Amino acid sequence: MARAAKNRLSHFACALGAVVAGAWLVAAPRALAQDAAIPAFKTLDSMEARVQGCTTCHGQSGQGTGNDYFPRIAGKPAGYLYNQLVAFRDGKRRYAPMNYLVAYLPDAYLREIAEHYAKQRPPFVLHESVPADAASLDRGQALARTGDPKIGIPACVSCHGANLTGMEPGIPGLVGLRPNYVAAQLVRWRVGERAAADPDCMKRIAARLTDADIAAFAAWLARQKQPADAAPESSNLVRMPLACGSQR
Amino acid sequence: MRKLAIFALVLVGGLIGAATVWTVVRPGALTGTSRVVDATTQVINRGEYLARAGDCIACHTAPGGTPFAGGRAMPTPFGNLYASNITPDDETGIGRWTPDDFYRMMQKGISRDGSLLYPAMPFASYTKVTREDCDAIYAYLMSVPPVRQKNRPHELRFPFNKRELLIGWRTLYFKEGEYVPDPKQSAQWNRGAYLVEGLGHCSMCHTAINRLGGTSEAQAFEGGMIPNQNWYAPSLTSNPEGGLGNWSVKDIADLLQVGVSHRATVYGPMAEVTYNSLQYLTDEDATAMAVYLKSLAPRDAPPAVTSTERLTQPAVLEMGRKIYVQQCVMCHGNEGKGYPPAYPPLAANPSITMATPVNPIRMVLNGGYPPGTRKNPRPHGMPPFLHILSDDEVAAVVTYIRVAWGNAGAPVSPAQVNELRKLLPE
Repeated sequence: MARAAKNRLSHFACALGAVVAGAWLVAAPRALAQDAAIPAFKTLDSMEARVQGCTTCHGQSGQGTGNDYFPRIAGKPAGYLYNQLVAFRDGKRRYAPMNYLVAYLPDAYLREIAEHYAKQRPPFVLHESVPADAASLDRGQALARTGDPKIGIPACVSCHGANLTGMEPGIPGLVGLRPNYVAAQLVRWRVGERAAADPDCMKRIAARLTDADIAAFAAWLARQKQPADAAPESSNLVRMPLACGSQR
Repeated sequence: MRKLAIFALVLVGGLIGAATVWTVVRPGALTGTSRVVDATTQVINRGEYLARAGDCIACHTAPGGTPFAGGRAMPTPFGNLYASNITPDDETGIGRWTPDDFYRMMQKGISRDGSLLYPAMPFASYTKVTREDCDAIYAYLMSVPPVRQKNRPHELRFPFNKRELLIGWRTLYFKEGEYVPDPKQSAQWNRGAYLVEGLGHCSMCHTAINRLGGTSEAQAFEGGMIPNQNWYAPSLTSNPEGGLGNWSVKDIADLLQVGVSHRATVYGPMAEVTYNSLQYLTDEDATAMAVYLKSLAPRDAPPAVTSTERLTQPAVLEMGRKIYVQQCVMCHGNEGKGYPPAYPPLAANPSITMATPVNPIRMVLNGGYPPGTRKNPRPHGMPPFLHILSDDEVAAVVTYIRVAWGNAGAPVSPAQVNELRKLLPE
């Protein structure tokens, strides 16, 4: 009884908080975006100070910023973040502003940057969710939770974790990512502009997704709340349905 | 020449001495039967060091490709050039070249088959490299794994695809000959000059390049726009624009070798040079280069910015100050002093106030990380602001840092910012 009351109270507090935060978001979206994006650190000789180069796009703790494209990087597995940093440096993943920033950084330092962001646990940035009809959201949820065996698509949760928080060492968390970013990455994978280590399991999946599937999943994902435990799953809990080079 | 010979003798003597000591003290070594660092190894090691000083790897390696296998596109105002395969593959590389062929190429810019090289290959600098050093680089290149990869043909527009035109270019801009030491200067100064003018090929960027792709000796090291990269390579002479005259030798050497210093930090194309090449120099060589660079006499410096040119609208300055206080103060401080060497100073930093404002504008738009080097493996970085600040705002904040704290730069316009915003960062 006491627990139920407490739950109701906390739901109410959450809702109130959301309303207040929402009002603030409407009133001053730029101010919110800027706060996370303004360079700040406590100690000069720290990783926090060293990664100020990342803040205007990814936020002070990797939570993302008000911009509707730049991804949240906080809490993603260090192995995944490291692979991306190396791919950006070597030109294997192409996004000019990132390629430029990390062009002359050595492996050991990129590893350290990856580990720094993997440890961060900032709250989700509130963001607008894209409009979608019920059927589309159902499709998005089905892809996430059960996949589509008829066309050979395994459930997202089977590799990206039961709560889509990712899996150690190389599979990224998806929850908290912006719909524009998620959709753009899936399309890039499908057309061959983005790739992972062979065997590239994500390529096999992206090739089977339609534009409508991608939009449905991105819209459903944007409606998911931050799980209580944002940590990626450990790598030895499940057998993965597809062989994946990033997990080797 | 004699000084250089003495220097070489001392160097060789030192190496032999070091090898002997190493043999004697090496645990478990049996005098007489052990393999000392033999002459071949010494030459290859030295060749590797010199190849790094020459930064061969930067152009002769495609992004993500095998070192020295060539194929990297070199965009020029005349079309794309593709760097050649310099691995020792017999069919597609330089496997069949002799030391004489290699020396002729370095000295005269003539390939093994007799064709004239395009001056994107810095033979106008490499001509100063001694025969002994060329032979060492040759020995090193012969020792790397051969890669079978055909050279990609250049894609130059007419008439620049006609190699005969190079005869004219060579007459105008190429002076052949090994470095001649200046007997009035110290061995250290001469070593620095040899590295800067020869293998370092600094003048390729730090001397203005004209419409024929030539550099004028009269303007040597006075700075210039780097074609197709849209960064400005500042003057290396002692002129007030960005010269090194009032820097300490240590700060110059640090900037080259470490990538950061108490005066400034390298970004963009120079970050690549430090990353691939200069970080591997010995302290002695980095210091020698610094001693030489510091001594370069001021040339006809650009006239100081007049007070009329410096006139700035108060509203612009106030906008710039507000942005500075919000976005920049944390790292660069209220007085623009920065926290060097982590975050560079902006006050009294000539890269900020140069007549060409390209570099400060690009830094605000794209941010940047200095190279991660052996002496600074974990550099501090600056974020991009291009998605946060408008053209007016970038122009205002760059104007502010160019005139605040006694800086004597001129304002920049939103149109200048807009031009650079359209470019991809590189």
